[in-house]
Amino acid sequence: MQTIYALLDALLPIEAFQFTFMKNAFLAILLLTPLLGLLGTMAVNQQMAFFSDALGHSALTGIGLGMILGVGNDLVSMLIFGIVWALLIVRIRQTGSSSADTVISVFSSTSIAAGLLILAKGGKFARYSSLLIGDVLAVTPSDLLWLLIALIGGIALWCVIYNRLLLTGINSSLAASRGIRTRLIDAAFVVLVAVAVMLAIRWVGVMLINALLILPAAAGRNLATGSRQHALFSVLLSLTSGIAGLLCAYAWDTSAGAAIVLFAAAFYGLSLLVRALRKR
Amino acid sequence: MAEHHCSLCHIGLEDLSVRRGGQVLLHDINMHIHCGQLTVLIGQNGAGKTTLIRALLGELPHGGSVRHLDGQNRDIPHVRIGYVPQNLQFDKEMPVTVSDFIAAAFSRRPVWSGISKKTRARVTEVLQAVDAGDLAGRRLGLCSGGELQRVLLALAIHPAPDLLVLDEPVSGVDQNGLELFLDTVLRLKESHHMAILLVSHDLRLVREYADHVVLLDKTVLCQGSAEYVFGSDEFNAVFGRGDGEVAN
Repeated sequence: MQTIYALLDALLPIEAFQFTFMKNAFLAILLLTPLLGLLGTMAVNQQMAFFSDALGHSALTGIGLGMILGVGNDLVSMLIFGIVWALLIVRIRQTGSSSADTVISVFSSTSIAAGLLILAKGGKFARYSSLLIGDVLAVTPSDLLWLLIALIGGIALWCVIYNRLLLTGINSSLAASRGIRTRLIDAAFVVLVAVAVMLAIRWVGVMLINALLILPAAAGRNLATGSRQHALFSVLLSLTSGIAGLLCAYAWDTSAGAAIVLFAAAFYGLSLLVRALRKR
Repeated sequence: MAEHHCSLCHIGLEDLSVRRGGQVLLHDINMHIHCGQLTVLIGQNGAGKTTLIRALLGELPHGGSVRHLDGQNRDIPHVRIGYVPQNLQFDKEMPVTVSDFIAAAFSRRPVWSGISKKTRARVTEVLQAVDAGDLAGRRLGLCSGGELQRVLLALAIHPAPDLLVLDEPVSGVDQNGLELFLDTVLRLKESHHMAILLVSHDLRLVREYADHVVLLDKTVLCQGSAEYVFGSDEFNAVFGRGDGEVAN
């Protein structure tokens, strides 16, 4: 860890990085944003923005249920509940496709309400309110290790499923006729999104996590013509928003998650402008 | 395309039925799809044509049996089906090029990381085989109905299938596009001795090209040569005498 810190000092000799918590936050962003940027491309293409939003909200219920069942580690409760929740939403979407957004909305509000009900018992919700807005400055070296493992594992799985997911997203009958197990691929994707969202939620917050997943990918989509460009733009914008947001939050002494998302939103606005100019 | 041997004499559907939510969508379907022949499925909207295709593709559970049999009536496992969907409903704004789409089907390497030279050469080759070489760099959502149809055909015939299933587009493809498409399909039928099942709404084209016509309305009402089916009472009951004359 010391070597990495020394390296950061040498490469980025800016005032903000004299603090270890800033170095940790910076590293966390380097690890987290590329994965969210990549996953976001497909979440946007498959019109799952609302889905991932509902998924983020389920973190509260996950922690609440974990507390009732006596699971010591909040992250474990969130992960398990998030995965189960994601698979359940997808299953319901596949069977009754008529009003997917209603189904998701029901799931979303149910999980917020259930989470609040449990966590607010005895007026103790304040302990968990940091979860709503996140705190990337609280990242520890052991968290970073987990994020690194998640990044490597996530990108590896992403490489394995991507092509089949792309075909399934375009037309699932066509994908099935080519021997693709479309339900399995869809399930693998939502599990991957669930894991990435749950890992990121402590640092970015329940309220903003979805923006970080969706905005860079949506902006990238406005600029790209092919899959490669989409991935490239999405990851670049995600990284840039992350770093710029972190530095601004430090300078202005405000929430890093909010600053990051605002940068991503600004990039999205710019991408709309670029697209409009190109069309003329 | 690899040399394709006719290892398959026909695909036999025996007493095939599909039920969903207590409703009978198809019942007592008995028909053969022979290789080297163009079998055309006709019928009104809602007659179950697409349902039959989805059952064949294994997407819908069905009763009865679908058997793939060789010349000696022995079962052949693992029959490869190439499928061209009717209208590809997808997000037209999706940043995916025709090359990305085809390379995703041919290669394990995720297309967001780029397309290898070898795969790119193969993509060009299969597109040229259906007169669509110039579409490689185009975004999928910007292709016209006819262009998309050719791209889908390119994908469906690589690797060479034993059965090619074509759901003819109802809209978005002009007459020229349709004939160009059918020409390619007929060339495949001759050169690769493929069994082809086509769902068609264009009775004039059916009369011209079909080797075997199956008239469907929840079950097989009538089947045989185009001439026989078009002259049948069942055909007139479904389409009315007027349509039969147009087709003549």
